[in-house]
Amino acid sequence: MSAVKTGDVVLAARDVAKSFGPVQALKGVNFDVHYGLVTTLFGENGAGKSTLMKILSGVQKPTSGEIILDGVPVVLGSTTEAQARGICIIHQELSLAPNLSVRDNIFMGREIKGAFGVDYAEEERQVRALMAELEEDIDPLARVEDLRLGQQQIVEIARALSVDARILIMDEPTSALSAAEVEVLFKVIRDLKAKGVSIVYISHHLEEALTITDHAVVLRDGAMTAYAPRAQIDLEWIVRNMVGENFDLGSPPQGYDFGAPALAIKGLSVASHAGGLAVDAMDLEVRAGEIVCIYGLMGAGRTELMECAAGRLKAVAGHVELHGRDVSRLSIAQRINAGLVLVPEDRQRDGLVQTMSVGRNLSLASIRNFTRGIFTSRRDEEVIVRDSIRDVTVKTDGPNAPIGSLSGGNQQKVVIGKMLVTDPTVIMLDEPSRGIDIGAKAEVFRLLAERAKAGLAVVYTTSEVSECLSIAHRIIVMRRGEISATFPHTTTKEAIMAASGEQLVA
Amino acid sequence: MSALTTNGSAAKNSGGFSLIKILLEGRAFFALIAIIVTFSSLSPNYASLGNFLIMSNHVAIFGLLAIGMLLVILNGGIDLSVGSVLGLSGVFAGWLMQGVELGGLGANGVILYPPVWAVVVLTLCVGATVGLVNGVLVAFFKVPAFVATLGSLYVARGIGLLMTNGLTYNNLSGDASFGNTGFDWLGFNRLANVPIGVIIFAVLAVATAVMLTRSAFGRWLYASGGNERAAQLSGVPVKRVQIIVYVLSGVCASIAGLVLSSQLTSAGPTAGTTYELTAIAAVVIGGAALTGGRGTVLGTVLGAFVIGFLSDGLVIIGVSAYWQTVFTGAVIVLAVLLNSIQYGGPRKR
Repeated sequence: MSAVKTGDVVLAARDVAKSFGPVQALKGVNFDVHYGLVTTLFGENGAGKSTLMKILSGVQKPTSGEIILDGVPVVLGSTTEAQARGICIIHQELSLAPNLSVRDNIFMGREIKGAFGVDYAEEERQVRALMAELEEDIDPLARVEDLRLGQQQIVEIARALSVDARILIMDEPTSALSAAEVEVLFKVIRDLKAKGVSIVYISHHLEEALTITDHAVVLRDGAMTAYAPRAQIDLEWIVRNMVGENFDLGSPPQGYDFGAPALAIKGLSVASHAGGLAVDAMDLEVRAGEIVCIYGLMGAGRTELMECAAGRLKAVAGHVELHGRDVSRLSIAQRINAGLVLVPEDRQRDGLVQTMSVGRNLSLASIRNFTRGIFTSRRDEEVIVRDSIRDVTVKTDGPNAPIGSLSGGNQQKVVIGKMLVTDPTVIMLDEPSRGIDIGAKAEVFRLLAERAKAGLAVVYTTSEVSECLSIAHRIIVMRRGEISATFPHTTTKEAIMAASGEQLVA
Repeated sequence: MSALTTNGSAAKNSGGFSLIKILLEGRAFFALIAIIVTFSSLSPNYASLGNFLIMSNHVAIFGLLAIGMLLVILNGGIDLSVGSVLGLSGVFAGWLMQGVELGGLGANGVILYPPVWAVVVLTLCVGATVGLVNGVLVAFFKVPAFVATLGSLYVARGIGLLMTNGLTYNNLSGDASFGNTGFDWLGFNRLANVPIGVIIFAVLAVATAVMLTRSAFGRWLYASGGNERAAQLSGVPVKRVQIIVYVLSGVCASIAGLVLSSQLTSAGPTAGTTYELTAIAAVVIGGAALTGGRGTVLGTVLGAFVIGFLSDGLVIIGVSAYWQTVFTGAVIVLAVLLNSIQYGGPRKR
């Protein structure tokens, strides 16, 4: 191999297509990975990003087309083969064994054998060397479950480096990291670039990805729609190419007056898992028809605040009032009946029952509404489900389709629809836009704006600043369990981010 | 409007009505047909109404256990105590039938002979109590279901042995002068030639099926077994559901205990040993997922018949009891294998 220099193409996909039965996930994509640079793949859910990554890392084989590594066409039959050629993938869900130490994780499956079994001392020495290289202070003997998420990510990267990865594919690496941890990760990425590692980066967090990328590739409906080096692009360019038109997440609904206070949180404190308070004596009042956005970093206490208001978590102090009535002692079901509902953050874990159909998920929170005596009424349920599918525009084969057959955005609409069916007066949504594409995001926000106009009080959280400046009338920034600032909808991104304790990374 | 969703798994799920799919969905049914056809051709005595009724009477015992077990498994739990509760219930009923000595000692003591209906009600309370303990341990004290019910398996069995000192109550028919006759009605009588045990099993199965498909509780059960956290946030009282399924399972085991001791007209403390495993097998053969949320009463009933008709068939054609064990085991493994084929696919995205 002749000497390569920064910017040379090391890995390329040529006319790569992939079909699953009648569905074409990729329609002839060309894609270059450059030596020592970061190439970011942008695209909505279902645009084909994951499929392309799986093909590049040997998880799946393309239906047609070629993969060219260092100028030579190669066939990647498995992840092991891809790894042997220096291509490693770090999945969104980390594949570490939490009960084992950092050292054991890094050498999992390819332990160094000494005269008497595994040579732990040598492994430990190598891990220390890797960590020194990454300038990370992680003890090789620490158990992975005791590490913070950001550190676990570093362990994954160290593992990839330990097999001499030249090309590192990172799928949504920052989705669970705090701003500080993202900074550390980006520093590591820059160091890796300097060492000649090429990186393929995937993220829904467009602003963040822009700060680290050197090249941008945009996929839409399985085809590449745009390609440009960093210098020539901006946020608007990416969004335009992702969705095909100028996109806007909406503006606060106007032209009506807010009603009486619907939700009042008074002096609410919630204990955190780690000890201490996740929410510290917080006050919040939301009026009928008002949309409030809560912005904050991971761990700012947003989820705890909402789960406590919904009745999942117990409050240490303070109380929650709904239309002036104290609901602090009510169960979740009673609060739903009273009109206070929560759309949880993690829809797979907390939102959906995967074993049930679309229709049964939609009707789950309102079973009492179609129960006559001791029996449920199929006809009444059908009406509720059909209306709901129409109202929240769920794209599905029908109420009996398995919930897993829907895209992320449509699943999210089902979770929201389920709570709207109960006819709430206050709806809290924890990161309603997480993991859904920009088209679905806009639809969700439009739906909420419509409902607010009809008198629904809406509170939602987000960790993307651009989503604060969309439909919210009022923006609240949470930091360490307290409100650090309140803004009207006319504020700027910089002001919001500064109040949350993060810097706009230039 | 039926826009096809564009990812691969959707196509896989709704892909056609292939023969394989029909065979897979109705596997317990086809297995039962295959068993009946095979044994009918091997033995002339197998395919007769009389024999089917006798075999059904055997099926009824662990069928009753299996229905209770299904409820627990739908919830994502497991109830290992049902075999012991069956045994304890029989012993308890036998103890009541022998007359309970009250008050003082010797000649001054009053011996109370409760009527049969009271015996039945009190015995069901025993099963419900064990179930309640299981449910509370699992729901509130977060004891894994496997461990909690393993504990009650031992405790219930131990109490049964203590009550009888390891012996068996033989005379359960009561005495007309005490007004407590009729206990053997459950096990011996027939309505329209159908054994009472089978009728009880059928009634319970239908009632449970209606409860699961048509009541709010049934929906709660499927939801909390499929995803407890999501069900809870949707207002389902998940803890209450959890406790109720263990209570119902205990009651089912008590009913089975009453029917069995009535059939045998004796109550031994070791009755029903390892029946919990047969019940689990019936539920699994019936297509329920041990992870919870999936399963039907019809499947479980078919599963119970598959096991019962298979082992009785082997007896009728004179196959050694050791081979029966081997066959039953093979059927269970095959069933689990098919379950993972059916439920394993669509999970991956």
